[in-house]
Amino acid sequence: MSSIDASVPPATRVAPPAADSRVRFAHDNYINANYGIKSWLLTKDHKRIALLYLASITVFFILGGIYALTIRLELLTPAGDIVQPMTYNKLFTQHGIIMIFFFLIPSIPAVLGNFLVPLMIGAKDLAFPKLNLLSWYLYLAGAIFTIWALLNGGIDTGWTFYTPYSTTFSNTYVVAAGLGIFINGFSSILTGLNFIVTIHTMRAPGMTWFRLPLFIWSHYATSLIMVLGTPVIAITILLVALERIVHIGIFDPRLGGDPVLFQHFFWFYSHPAVYIMILPSMGVVSELISTHSRKNVFGYSFVAFSSLAIAVFGFLVWGHHLFTSSQSVYAGMIFSFVSFAVAIPSAVKVFNWTATLYKGSISYDTPMLYALGFIGLFTIGGLTGLFLAALGLDVHLTDTYFIVAHFHYIMVGGALMGYLGGLHNWWPKITGRMYPEGWGRFSALVIFVGFNLTFFPQFLLGYLGMPRRYHAYAEEFQVLNVMSTAGASILGVGLLIPGIYFIWSMRYGKFAPANPWAATGLEWRTMSPPPTENFVRTPVVTWEAYEYRPMEEMEVIGPDKGNTAQPAHGEATKN
Amino acid sequence: MQLPRLPFTPEQASTVSGEVDALYTYLVAITLFFSVLVTVLIFYFAVKYRRRSENELPQPIAGSIKLETMWTVIPFLIAMTIFVWGASLYFTLYRPPKDAIEIYVVGKQWMWKFQHTEGQREINELHVPIGAKVKLTMTTEDVIHSFAVPAFRIRADVVPGRYTYAWFEATKTGRYHLFCTEFCGTNHSGMTGWVEVMEPTAYQAWLAGGGSDSPAAQGEKLFQSLGCATCHRTDTQGRGPVLTGVFGKPQRVQGGTDVVVDEAYLRESITNPAAKVVEGFQPIMPSYQGQVSEEQLLQLIAYIRSLGAPPGQQQQGAMTNGGTGREEPSTTTGTSPDTQRSNPLNSTSPRPGGSPVSTGNSNQTPGGNSNR
Repeated sequence: MSSIDASVPPATRVAPPAADSRVRFAHDNYINANYGIKSWLLTKDHKRIALLYLASITVFFILGGIYALTIRLELLTPAGDIVQPMTYNKLFTQHGIIMIFFFLIPSIPAVLGNFLVPLMIGAKDLAFPKLNLLSWYLYLAGAIFTIWALLNGGIDTGWTFYTPYSTTFSNTYVVAAGLGIFINGFSSILTGLNFIVTIHTMRAPGMTWFRLPLFIWSHYATSLIMVLGTPVIAITILLVALERIVHIGIFDPRLGGDPVLFQHFFWFYSHPAVYIMILPSMGVVSELISTHSRKNVFGYSFVAFSSLAIAVFGFLVWGHHLFTSSQSVYAGMIFSFVSFAVAIPSAVKVFNWTATLYKGSISYDTPMLYALGFIGLFTIGGLTGLFLAALGLDVHLTDTYFIVAHFHYIMVGGALMGYLGGLHNWWPKITGRMYPEGWGRFSALVIFVGFNLTFFPQFLLGYLGMPRRYHAYAEEFQVLNVMSTAGASILGVGLLIPGIYFIWSMRYGKFAPANPWAATGLEWRTMSPPPTENFVRTPVVTWEAYEYRPMEEMEVIGPDKGNTAQPAHGEATKN
Repeated sequence: MQLPRLPFTPEQASTVSGEVDALYTYLVAITLFFSVLVTVLIFYFAVKYRRRSENELPQPIAGSIKLETMWTVIPFLIAMTIFVWGASLYFTLYRPPKDAIEIYVVGKQWMWKFQHTEGQREINELHVPIGAKVKLTMTTEDVIHSFAVPAFRIRADVVPGRYTYAWFEATKTGRYHLFCTEFCGTNHSGMTGWVEVMEPTAYQAWLAGGGSDSPAAQGEKLFQSLGCATCHRTDTQGRGPVLTGVFGKPQRVQGGTDVVVDEAYLRESITNPAAKVVEGFQPIMPSYQGQVSEEQLLQLIAYIRSLGAPPGQQQQGAMTNGGTGREEPSTTTGTSPDTQRSNPLNSTSPRPGGSPVSTGNSNQTPGGNSNR
């Protein structure tokens, strides 16, 4: 490991730093194409919309993070001494709603997917650019409703909205928050629809299905879930609203309803929603592992089809959230069986990623550190899922901190690590600037340590029996909770660092060449940042996915036709 | 199945604790094996194949069907062993044995109310004898709660509008945490209590201390005061069906199907009488929803059940038995938990706080888990 200098990226890959950092890009690109707020708010360019999403989900990530840190602070001591019980309930509810619906679900698809899907398949934009902009506005509208609910006093049902608590007993802003999620759901549906049509119809000449990057395969699978699953949560939220407002008996037993029916509806969407969060991250990791080991992904078609298998099986396992909900034991058996089946494609991916490293040329750049961290954390997250799929063991573990730890290993250790790794990997393409590599590696390490210290003790707490969503807890659980809170502080600091240097790099970072990682994807064969139309000439694909070649042979479609030797951003000119 | 306990596991205080821990140990071993395998491989490859020069171009490696098959089939087979083990344990956990003491549990924001068949009532404290099977019949007056005792490795949601069941057999005296583990509102984390496992003699002494009217007798009073007896007469002249001897037996309802008269059916017939009307009768009974509490519902069911016990069998709900090794009437029909029958809950206003008598508390060590 010592042979790699951690702070200085090799000069051959990165353009020499500009003497004065306040320079503009020499070539026309999507960032300097237009100026002014209107050119952003009314843009139909998928790349600009991706940045709009990036800005909005970052705001929500910070908000959700503040909630998380307040929760951890409260749990430092067994007594409920920092916030009131009602406040605590609102904190974890809002942490969940914001992180899931307004950060994780849109994170990779709406930011990296939006930016990269057309670039990776050699298209000028998504199939429906206006619909794409509409989906951002729907996201925003949903966000405004939800924020309105939070500002007016918040919501305390848990992000799961279990009935009859949510329909009959809670006096908080359930309908307003639900409406926010309902509207936001249409944003997901439209994004998914756009991706499916784009991937089917807009691939560049020669870009056959089996030449597609695995990022595209995983986004295709994700889009299927978005389009097929999201309507179910929308209808469920409507039913909750109807029961609250006009007292139609759907879930409340006193009105002739069935409270467990809600759980079936809810998890029919919300379990596949877990795959909406993790599948894109898997796609990112396939790209990162390949790029930073310069190896074709081992078992390409197995990895591609495992994404589809996860999407399909993912719809059949919702009942594993109901093993203790008075569901019939035979239904429990079937859901348990299918849950074990859905674990297999995930395992296949992990083994294929690991095998990809074999005899590769492995770099220790920040995106790779995130990708390797992802494999480790996702492995633990996935294997602990087996504990919960095992019926008799789930009875002891469900609704404890074991669950909390498990899904944070998947959603933070998996989805968030993938998102951060992807953001680093494509940052040069998105902004045309390099992030500081030394800081990147350092913060990746801090995040990894902080994450594990936060969530690993929660597995132990869970088996010891500490229930989730407890404002105050028994004293014997304190030591592990203190560890977890300490970890959360480290994690918080670790996440702050990239936030700072990303913003810094937009102005002061070194200029990025077209292909800083010597990767093979089409997105690396246009300039950094790409022009508005993505490629000045339509690319023709004559190579297989992940076919690595010497840099000199990889053509960059730049402003000067066939310019290969010169990094495509051209020379920086003084402003 | 007695493996050494892993660190960070709670007390093993029931017959199933060790079995659950054994499956847990198996899964921990699998997790360790695969995590270590993947981590070691990643580190080994990352060091061995680290990039040594910027222009390195490794040879591509095509996939391998043999390897793909191997790492699909082996994990699948391992997963199936976990599935089978987990499922068989689940059946043990959710199929209450027939010879169990029955205790009735009503959850309510934010407390647990318990009713022993002998008449004792408790809140947030549950006294049980060691070495006896205990079956819990549970419901709630408001939202969904979940009844969990980590030391027993049991948990079951408590759902409004229906009865759910759990059972355990304690193997160690002591005091064990009882948690509500389904979020139920503001004071969810305050909905906790203790299960006190006592020696049989101490338990008997405890039981002897606080009896009240038998639940069936309470139910009978309700049956009169609510006017049920006006229509449900003991002769066949009433406007409603005769209730003697119906419990546990199939009843033909309108539409031609047979319904077994169990707690669920009786509950439905009181709260929503028009749902399944017995053949030959008019749907004229008014709903008693909102007029009887969950506890009163259980008492009414207890009374009807006591009418239904076939002659010669011990009547459930009567204060006749010390509480161990009770035999259940043969009218019990179900093998699935949903059709398991239950006993009534006694009396309407439970006494708050701990145990009725102090003689039974010799094993109590406040703050501690057990006293062996």
